[in-house]
Amino acid sequence: MTNDEQIPLTPTQKAWRRLAKNKAAMTALILLKLITLFCLLGPFLSPWEYDAVDFEHFASPPDWQSKHYFGTDDNGRDLYVRTLYGGRISLMVGLLATSVSFIIGILYGAISGYIGGKTDMLMMRFVDVLYALPFMFFVILLTVYFGRSIWLIFIAIGAVEWLTMARIVRGQTLSLKQRAFVEAAKVCGASTSRIITRHIIPNTLGPVIVYATLTVPQVILFESFLSFLGLGVQEPMTSWGVLINEGAKQMESAYWMMLFPAVLLAITLFCLNFLGDGLRDALDPKDR
Amino acid sequence: MFKTIFFFIFFIVINTYSYAVITTGITTLHRGNGAEPETLDLHKSSGIPEATIQRDLFEGLVTESATGELIAGAAKTWQQSEDGTQWTFQLRKMGKWSDGSPVVADDFVYALQRAVNPTTASEYAFILWPIKNAKAISNGENKEITSLGVKAIDDFTLAITLEHPTPFLLGLLAHHMAYPLHRKSVEQGGKKWTRPNKLVSNGAYQLAEWIPQSQLKLIKNKYYHGAANVSIDEVVYYPTEDQSAAMKRFRTGELDITEDVPSSQIAWIKKNLAKNFHNSPYIGTYYIALNLQKPPFKDNIALRKALSLAINRHILTDKITKGGEIPAMGWVPTGMNQYQSQSMPEAKLTQQERIALAKKYYQQAGYSKQKPLEVELLYNTSENHKKVAIALTAMWKQVLGAKVKLRNEEWKVYLNSRSQRQFELIRSGWIGDFNDASNFLDLFRSDVGTMNPSAWKNTNYDHLMQQAEKESDATKRAKLMQKAEQILLEDAVLIPIYHYTTQHLVSEKIMGWQDNVMDIHPSRLLKKHTKK
Amino acid sequence: MWHYFFKRIAGSIPTLFIIITIAFFMIRLAPGGPFDSERPIPAEIAANLDRVYHLNDPLPVQYGHYLLNVLKGDFGPSFKYQDYSVTELIQQGFPVSLQLGVLAIVLSLLIGMILGGLAALKQNSFIDHLVMTLAMTGIAIPNFVIAPILALIFGVLLGWLPAGGWGSWQHMILPIIALSLPQVATVARMTRASLIETLHTPYLRTARSKGLPMRHLLFRHALKPTLLPILSWLGPATAAIITGSVVVEQIFGLPGIGRYFVNGALNRDYTLVMGVIIFYGVLIIVMNLVVDLLYAYFDPRIRYDE
Repeated sequence: MTNDEQIPLTPTQKAWRRLAKNKAAMTALILLKLITLFCLLGPFLSPWEYDAVDFEHFASPPDWQSKHYFGTDDNGRDLYVRTLYGGRISLMVGLLATSVSFIIGILYGAISGYIGGKTDMLMMRFVDVLYALPFMFFVILLTVYFGRSIWLIFIAIGAVEWLTMARIVRGQTLSLKQRAFVEAAKVCGASTSRIITRHIIPNTLGPVIVYATLTVPQVILFESFLSFLGLGVQEPMTSWGVLINEGAKQMESAYWMMLFPAVLLAITLFCLNFLGDGLRDALDPKDR
Repeated sequence: MFKTIFFFIFFIVINTYSYAVITTGITTLHRGNGAEPETLDLHKSSGIPEATIQRDLFEGLVTESATGELIAGAAKTWQQSEDGTQWTFQLRKMGKWSDGSPVVADDFVYALQRAVNPTTASEYAFILWPIKNAKAISNGENKEITSLGVKAIDDFTLAITLEHPTPFLLGLLAHHMAYPLHRKSVEQGGKKWTRPNKLVSNGAYQLAEWIPQSQLKLIKNKYYHGAANVSIDEVVYYPTEDQSAAMKRFRTGELDITEDVPSSQIAWIKKNLAKNFHNSPYIGTYYIALNLQKPPFKDNIALRKALSLAINRHILTDKITKGGEIPAMGWVPTGMNQYQSQSMPEAKLTQQERIALAKKYYQQAGYSKQKPLEVELLYNTSENHKKVAIALTAMWKQVLGAKVKLRNEEWKVYLNSRSQRQFELIRSGWIGDFNDASNFLDLFRSDVGTMNPSAWKNTNYDHLMQQAEKESDATKRAKLMQKAEQILLEDAVLIPIYHYTTQHLVSEKIMGWQDNVMDIHPSRLLKKHTKK
Repeated sequence: MWHYFFKRIAGSIPTLFIIITIAFFMIRLAPGGPFDSERPIPAEIAANLDRVYHLNDPLPVQYGHYLLNVLKGDFGPSFKYQDYSVTELIQQGFPVSLQLGVLAIVLSLLIGMILGGLAALKQNSFIDHLVMTLAMTGIAIPNFVIAPILALIFGVLLGWLPAGGWGSWQHMILPIIALSLPQVATVARMTRASLIETLHTPYLRTARSKGLPMRHLLFRHALKPTLLPILSWLGPATAAIITGSVVVEQIFGLPGIGRYFVNGALNRDYTLVMGVIIFYGVLIIVMNLVVDLLYAYFDPRIRYDE
C-alpha cells in the first residue's frame, strides 16, 4: 500500500493489481495456463502419434496397459494425444478469433455510435446485410477459391462473430455520448478519436468483455461446423469441437470419446468466465 | 407488457393439441424413413425415401413380394415374343384407383409418356430407354410423344415394344418410373396433384396427410384389389435425418421401424437390441475410383493393384464399418438375377500373400520407401466415409509406405470435383436400381460420359456389353457380362472395398418382415400386434 | 422519433435489395447444382432439367426474373422439395420455429435475469460463483450434446416425454430447454456485468447513499440502463432463435425452418435458400429497428434526431 503512494501507477498496472487480488480470476488464470501447457507438452508423455492407427485397439476404453490413457477412437487412434492436439487448435482458434472479433466489433460499434447520423445509419445497415448473408455459401466459396488453411477459419469466424459485438458497443455508445464526461471532454477540445478511445471504449468494456468470453465457446464449437462444410481442420488433425461432435453420437456406448475433450473444454470455458468477470471488475473505470 | 407476453404464451400452449393418443381399433404403423420425401411425383423423385412411400401408394404392372421378388401387380399375366422385344400384359379387371375408377391400360400409356416427355424433365427417364423411341423422345429428337412403344390395345391389354431384348424388363416395370397415373387427377391437380385429397393412387394405400419435415400419413385404399389382405390401416412415415435420434424414438416405441442405424452404435445394438436388429446384404458396392486420365494411375496397372491388394478388407468391415458389410473383391454384388459375380484374380490369396504381392507391384510401379507414392484421397463429409478413408490411408502407409493425404469436401463440391475429374482417388458408391448386373456394369462403358468416374476406356469391354444388350438368351447374356467384369477387374479399374448391407431396427410387434437384397418391405405385407 | 422511424423503414428497402443481390450471386458461384447427385445423370437428361428450370439462362437474366417474381411475392418452387413452393414451406415451418423460439427466449430472459441479478447483488460471493457456474454449464455443454442427453434421459430412460416429433405441448418441452440453456447463460452473464456497472454509476451511488430501498432502486432506476447491452444482443438473437436451429430440429425431429438454412445450402436448393435469406433478412432488419427504438425508451438520453 505504501508503494502505491510513492510511485504513481499506470492504469494498466492498477488493473493488474486489482486482478491479482481476485482469487477466482487468478485460479482461473493459472488453470488456463496449465491446460495450455498440458496441450503443448502432454503429447510427449505418450508413445502414440496423433494420426497413428493401433490395429489392436479399435474404439477401446481408457487403458493404462496399452498406454491409451483416454482410450481410442473408432479408427484406433489414441484419444489422449488427439485430445491434446485438438486442444491446441481449439484454444488458438477460440482465443484468436475472439480477439479479432473483439477488436473489430469495439472499434466499429464505437465509431458508428459516436459519430451517429448518416454514418451510423450506413454502418449499421452494413451490419444488417452481413447478418443476413448466407454464411454457408461464404464458407464454401472460401474453400473452393482459396483451398484450406487455418487462416481462413479466422476470416470465416471473424466475419460473423463481430457483428453482435459491434451492436452492443454501439448501443452503449449511444447512451454514453450524452453523458456529462463526454461533453466535458468535448468542451476541453479532445479530438473525436481521443474521445472514442479514451472515454467511450473504456466505459463499454464491461459488457463487452463478458460478451467476448461468451464468444469463445461459440467460436470453438463453430469450428466443428466448419469442418462439416470442409473448411475446418482437415483429418487427421482434429479439434475439441470435432472430437465432442463425434463422441456425442455414441456417448451411450463409448463415453470416453466425448468425456475427455468435453471436460477439458468445460474447464477452459469456466476459467475464461471467471477470468472475464475478474478483468471486467479490474478494468471498470468507475472503480478507479 | 408482461400481460401481453403472458397471453401470448397461454395462446401458444392451448393452441397445440393434446398428446394423449386416442385408442381406436385402427392399426397404425410408424416408419422412420430417413430423409423428408423430396416429391411424390413418380417421375421427379430419385431417392429411396420417396420410392418407399410410392411403393405403398402405387402398383406397377408387376410388383415385389415380401422377399423382394417380382410378382404380378396391376397385370395378372403377360407374354413376350420370340425375340424378346414385344411384350403383352393383361391387366386385372378388379384393379381400382382410390377414387373407385378402374385401372386401365391407358393409365400406363399416359404415365410412361409423361415419364419420357422432355418437358417433365425426369431425372430417371433414362431407366426407360430400353422402350422403343424412349431415348429419342427424352432427348427431344423425336417430338412425337405418342410414338413411344407403349400402346393400349383395349382397356385391359397393354403392349410394350422394346428397342432390343431386355431380360430385366419386369424389374424395370416394378420401378416407380413405370407405375400408372390417374390422368384426370394429375391434369386437374396441376402442380399440386401430389397433395392429400388430390393424389389418386392404385396401390394398397392412399395419401391422407403430409406435413413437410414432420409426418406423412397413408390410409388404406379400400378399392385396392387385395384390400382384404391388407392388415395395417394407417402408415405414418417420419423423416429421420439423425440416425441416433431415430434410434431413441424407436426405443421409446414412437417408431416401429427405422430406416437405418447409426453405424457407430452397431456394437451396442448387437448387445442390447439384438432381436430388433435386421442386418442383411444389399445390392450396392462401396469402392474407390481412380482417375485414369492422368498419372500416377494412368496406364499403371501395377500401382492400382498394389493399392487394392494392400487393403485388409476384413479389418475394415469388422472393426470400422461394423455393419456386417461383405468385403468386396469384385464389382457386381452377389444376389443379382442369373448372374455369377466375379472376383479379381488375387481373391484366392491369403491376406499375407496379397500384401507380399502388393509390395511387389508397388516396387514394379517404381515406388519405394525413398520415393513414396504421394496422392490425395477425396471423400465427401460423412462420418462413415471419413472412417473408411482414415483406415485406408493407414493401411497404405503401413503396407506400402505410401503417403496418401485426405481431402474432405462438402457434398456438392465433391460431386463437382468428381464430374470435373479433379481427383486422384475418390470414394464412391453404387446402389442398383433394379436387380440386373447391367445396372452395375454399364457404369464403366466408355459411352456414358461422366457417369464413368474413372474415364476408363476399353474396346473389348464396350463390345461385350453391347453384345449383351442385344442378347435375348439370359444365360448367354450373363456369360458376356461376366467376361466383361473379368476385364474390369483384371485391369484394376476400381478398388472395391465392400458390398453394402442394410440395417433396420424392427419392433417385435411387427410380423411379416423379411430381409431381402433389394431392401423392399411394402407396408401392405406387414402386420402389427396391437396387444402388448 | 417518427422521423427516425420512417427514415429507417425507407433505408431497409435498399438494405434488403443489397442482401438479395449479393446472396443470389454468391449462391450461384458455389460449385454444384441442385440436380447433382451420387448417381450421375446422362448429359441429355441434365440438359432437360436445366432447360425446364431455366438454369442455362445467363445469370443476370435469371437474377432479373427472380427479382421480378419476388416483387410479385412469388419465391418460386423449391428445387429439392419439388411438390411445395418456398412460401408454403416457410408458412408451414415458421409457426413451429416461432413458438419454440419465443418460448425459449422468454424463458431464458426470465431465468437469466434473475440469476444474473442475484449474482450481481452478491458480487464475488459464493452465491455469485455458484450461480455463474450454473449458468455457464448451459454454454459449456453444446447443443448437440445436451439435446441427445435430454432425449435419452426424459424420453428413453424415464419415458416422461416423447423423444422426438411434433404435435403437443409435451413435444415442446425438451426442445425449449435445449434451445434456452445457452441463452440463459448469455443473459445471466450479461445481466450480471451490466447491473454491476449500473450500480456503480454516480447517480445510483447517490440514490443508495440516500437510503432508498434496494427494491425500489433496482426496479425504478437500475433496471432500464442494465437492459441496454442485453437489448443489443436480443435483436439478432431473437431473429436467429425464431428462425430455428438445425441441430435441435434434427435431433427432435421438428418441422421448423432452421434446417432449411443448412440443408437448403447443402442441397443447392437455390430458391429455398433465397427464400429463407430474405425472410431472415427482413426479421433482422425489423428486430434491429425495434431494438434501436427501444434504446430511446430505456435510456431517454439517447436521441436520434440530430
